[in-house]
Amino acid sequence: MRVAGQGLLDRAKTVTFTFDGVHYTGVEGDTLASALLANDVRLLGRSFKYHRPRGVLSSGSEEPNALVTIGTGATQEPNVRATVQEIYPGLQARSQNCWPSPGFDLMAVNDFAALFLSAGFYYKTFMWPRAFWERVYEPIIRRAAGLGALSGEANTDRYETVWAHCDLLVIGAGPAGLIAALRAGRAGADVILADEDARMGGRLLAETHLVDGQPGHIWVDAVLDELRDMDNVRLMPRTTVTGAYDQGTYGALELVSAHTPRNGAPREAFWKIVAKRSVLAAGALERPVAFANNDRPGIMTAGAVRTYLNRWGVSPGRSVAVFCNNDGAHRTAHDLVNAGVHVAAVIDSRHDAPLSDAFEVRRGAQVCDSSGRKGLESITVRSVSGEERLQVDCLAVSGGWNPSLHLTCHMNGRPEWRQDIASFVPVPDMVPGLQAAGACNGMFSTIGCLKDGIDAAGLALEALGIKAPTVDLPQAEDTVFHLTPLWTVPGKGRAWLDFQNDVTVKDVNQAARENFRSVEHMKRYTTQGMATDQGKNSNVNALAVLADATGRDIPETGTTTFRPPYSPVSIAAMGSSGQGKGFAPERFVTSHRATVERNAPMIEAGLWYRPSYFPNTGETHWRESCDREVNMVRAAVGICDVSTLGKIDIQGPGAAALLDFVYTGMFSTLKVGKVRYGLMLREDGYVMDDGTTARLGEHHYLMTTTTAAAGEVMRHLEFAHQGLMPHLDVSMISVTEQWAQFAVAGPKSRELLDGLLDTPLNPDDWPFMACGQVRVLGVEARLFRISFSGEHAYELAIPARYGGALFRLLLERAEAMGGGPYGMEALNVLRIEKGLITHAEIHGRVTPFDIGMGRMVSAKKDCIGKTMSERPGLIDQNRDQMVGLKPSGVVKQLSAGAHLFGRDDEAVRVNDQGYVTSVAFSPTLGHMIGLGFLRNGPARHGEVIRMVDHLRGLETLCEVVDPVFFDPKGGRARG
Amino acid sequence: MVELSAISPCEGLLPVTIGNLTVTEEPFVAITSISPHKSREKDLSAIMKAAHGLAFPAPGRSTGKAGARAIWFSQGQALLIGPEPDAGLGAYAALTDQSDAWAVVRLEGAGAADVLARLMPLDLRPSVFKRGHTARTELAHMLVSLTKVGDKSFQIMVFRSMARTLVHDLKTAMEAVAARG
Repeated sequence: MRVAGQGLLDRAKTVTFTFDGVHYTGVEGDTLASALLANDVRLLGRSFKYHRPRGVLSSGSEEPNALVTIGTGATQEPNVRATVQEIYPGLQARSQNCWPSPGFDLMAVNDFAALFLSAGFYYKTFMWPRAFWERVYEPIIRRAAGLGALSGEANTDRYETVWAHCDLLVIGAGPAGLIAALRAGRAGADVILADEDARMGGRLLAETHLVDGQPGHIWVDAVLDELRDMDNVRLMPRTTVTGAYDQGTYGALELVSAHTPRNGAPREAFWKIVAKRSVLAAGALERPVAFANNDRPGIMTAGAVRTYLNRWGVSPGRSVAVFCNNDGAHRTAHDLVNAGVHVAAVIDSRHDAPLSDAFEVRRGAQVCDSSGRKGLESITVRSVSGEERLQVDCLAVSGGWNPSLHLTCHMNGRPEWRQDIASFVPVPDMVPGLQAAGACNGMFSTIGCLKDGIDAAGLALEALGIKAPTVDLPQAEDTVFHLTPLWTVPGKGRAWLDFQNDVTVKDVNQAARENFRSVEHMKRYTTQGMATDQGKNSNVNALAVLADATGRDIPETGTTTFRPPYSPVSIAAMGSSGQGKGFAPERFVTSHRATVERNAPMIEAGLWYRPSYFPNTGETHWRESCDREVNMVRAAVGICDVSTLGKIDIQGPGAAALLDFVYTGMFSTLKVGKVRYGLMLREDGYVMDDGTTARLGEHHYLMTTTTAAAGEVMRHLEFAHQGLMPHLDVSMISVTEQWAQFAVAGPKSRELLDGLLDTPLNPDDWPFMACGQVRVLGVEARLFRISFSGEHAYELAIPARYGGALFRLLLERAEAMGGGPYGMEALNVLRIEKGLITHAEIHGRVTPFDIGMGRMVSAKKDCIGKTMSERPGLIDQNRDQMVGLKPSGVVKQLSAGAHLFGRDDEAVRVNDQGYVTSVAFSPTLGHMIGLGFLRNGPARHGEVIRMVDHLRGLETLCEVVDPVFFDPKGGRARG
Repeated sequence: MVELSAISPCEGLLPVTIGNLTVTEEPFVAITSISPHKSREKDLSAIMKAAHGLAFPAPGRSTGKAGARAIWFSQGQALLIGPEPDAGLGAYAALTDQSDAWAVVRLEGAGAADVLARLMPLDLRPSVFKRGHTARTELAHMLVSLTKVGDKSFQIMVFRSMARTLVHDLKTAMEAVAARG
């Protein structure tokens, strides 16, 4: 219920929203949790495993129970914590993990079977039959024990990832963080102040303590006003720093528009913040006490009850009891009484607890049970005088506070135990450059937090080399924190530790009994701390229970540790830059538009888009187009865009020496105006890439690489130069993008070029493998007489701006001569007919010897990979070596990826004699042809072997032949 | 006589304006990579000053101004953007024509650095990345050259073939910045 005169909200600003289809009214600034509590809605969902009724436990991001689904359809978001979700007009929230409704949930039957569902139950029970686990048990268990569900549709919300850089990152905007940011801001440092809450101020918004004689939130507003006016300070509300990573990098999740009706802005942003220094001022989280049935809606942490009252003006109950082991929780009773809410009693487990005039304090008493069907109706209080029932609808529990030191553990640091506050606290330098301050550093008074914040900023500024201005320490609450540890209340019923994963005291005890005595084993056995709250509410309590069960003290039993993220981060936010077209760049050649206009289907070659084939009117199958294109090249002339091949401009007096070093062949002897085929090896002697290199001048070469290996070869050359031959005076740069390059292939290629070039070609100047400058319609271009088709062919390169126009012109001329464009399919057929290799053959496991190029490794010089390629095992006759294959049996089909066996051998692994790498239907020869690798292949030409494709279920006999199927003497290319 | 028409890398893609931000394509000018021969860096820089009025840039820096600019491009390599390189440069450096290899765009307006923060990891705070500073970096999976050419304007160069992706990614980030108001 809303309490008159309480809270920081403007009650006039009402907001209407729905929960489970029912309309409610809240106030601007409400979270879903505060608005529902104001409307007396306490039951928000069902628990993970036992489907127990659950309500709000906390008032922050640590909330384990109140998980809801926001929205419907494609953008629906499951597992949103109602304590974090701000309400906005039209917000639609639904409860989860209950059917048909949270009030009547059929799966609640699990609660009656609780005896059988304890820790280790699944491991022990669903072991047989084995196949049932995946098919039967797991789906059923998952359906019953679940969180919210995704819509199954593609999410249409936008997300983003953003980088930020600063001198000082302050994490948390409570008193410590605010004053640290203020000091660093005044010093002129670049400061980012991030806080997970929509409204900055931390506990100062939740307590009634005065700061400098004013209510805390007034002081907060003054500080924020000053910070806002500084250009060097960036305030980031709704931003949770989720992880600490190497070199001062922090991950953070910002809820950009999750608190509004969608307005086109990203829903969430994942920030990568690089900070020279950081101050962690993340506060502390209150821990519950485990007693029987301590999970009922209405049982909350004491601090949360204060927050709802003081910040949102909401009392979670009409008759409230407090159960605690420390002085701080008495403030809950104090604030409630002042607000006019009935406080039934403060039940303090300590015999020396302070007394009060305003409310009854029961010293040395404990709450040992609760009852109520869908929410708390009464509690049972146990004291020396016996057990007594108290009628209350809200119980505020405090077992002390755990510093929020999570981020300090993200780089494997371990915190230490502090007995006086019965909590773990960070030790210095757990994360380099990060200083903890305030409550997360074990300071539990306001003045202590402020002082610690000032000091932490001072340390950071000193490290940054910036003079730190003095900051006046405000007057503030300065009480010593008194606490006597209390983890569990003995009793029969189930006492919850981990609300989110339904882990009880009994489960931890059982784990210890079954010898899972290490914390890490206990956690995995019981699943404690493994839900989305990462054990924020339960880790220390569970550790204490385990310590007790194993007869050790807490430090001896172990520590808690935390991994990123601090609170859940959507994959959509982290991966937003890879959404849709953001996944990878697309590369388009200059002929792309003309190619698309001709309806050519595209294939992706690396990042490039290349035409598969160019369908003519009436052609219904790719083979029809491909066969036509092959015949066209063999009979007339074909045009193909080959711009995607890597081109590297290599210049300098050391260019020839570098090429001799990276290629197996000799390039220093290549004449200017000539092109030579080159083979490049890795250091281990295996083939890395191949291509042609032209000598354009005495100290000027142009290397081409395959499309796929362009980047790799560039890197290889840089390594060879910088790392192995730094004395060479040579420079190189990619010119792949500078030149659009087109293959003009076929018997009519010269005729076509003569009609296009400013000066026709003199055949004597242009033998096979010649290269030089030409002019095309007044534009300087380069011409190479090289052939990947086996035909008389050229490659014409022109500055890329003219590529589109030249392609259209080439097609026009070619078509007038009975030719036209050809795509990757035809290109592939043409090269297989000629036995020319691609990366299908040089796939990383073949040597020059294997592809019949052993003699290409020059004996006159050294080169990268030469020595290693001569290892005995790499030149063994029994290696799989390249051969041609043609079908010779009844089945006339070949398939790439098939394996080769002796004619009479069984087609099993041990008999494997090789494999097929490339196949094509050759329209020139009228049958299928293939390239492959066969044991001792070159010596077996003429032999009939067996080809079996186990995957496609294809088998045939084929004849081993020379890999060059067509024009073996090469007369066509040279002629 | 037939003429080959020149098509710019971003033809049909730019200009784009979203909120206060615009992306435009820089006009075609000569772009030449200059890589000094061994031990000739000083001679080269002197002749560049004489011929073009700008020195060979230090790593991460550019020299000159709009119209004639030299930007550091990688180890021992700079790009001369604007003028055709003086013939005398060839004696001291390897020169390679790159005029057609790059899509060159300018991102301009308040919040330009915020757009780039969504696409690259560079620290672009005005106190760190100042006018005239340049870097080779990654922009949404693409290798780019980024140069700060004005208080609120950046020159971005990406492989010509990736122009469409560059414009797509810039637009996406610009929309995200504009949507925050």
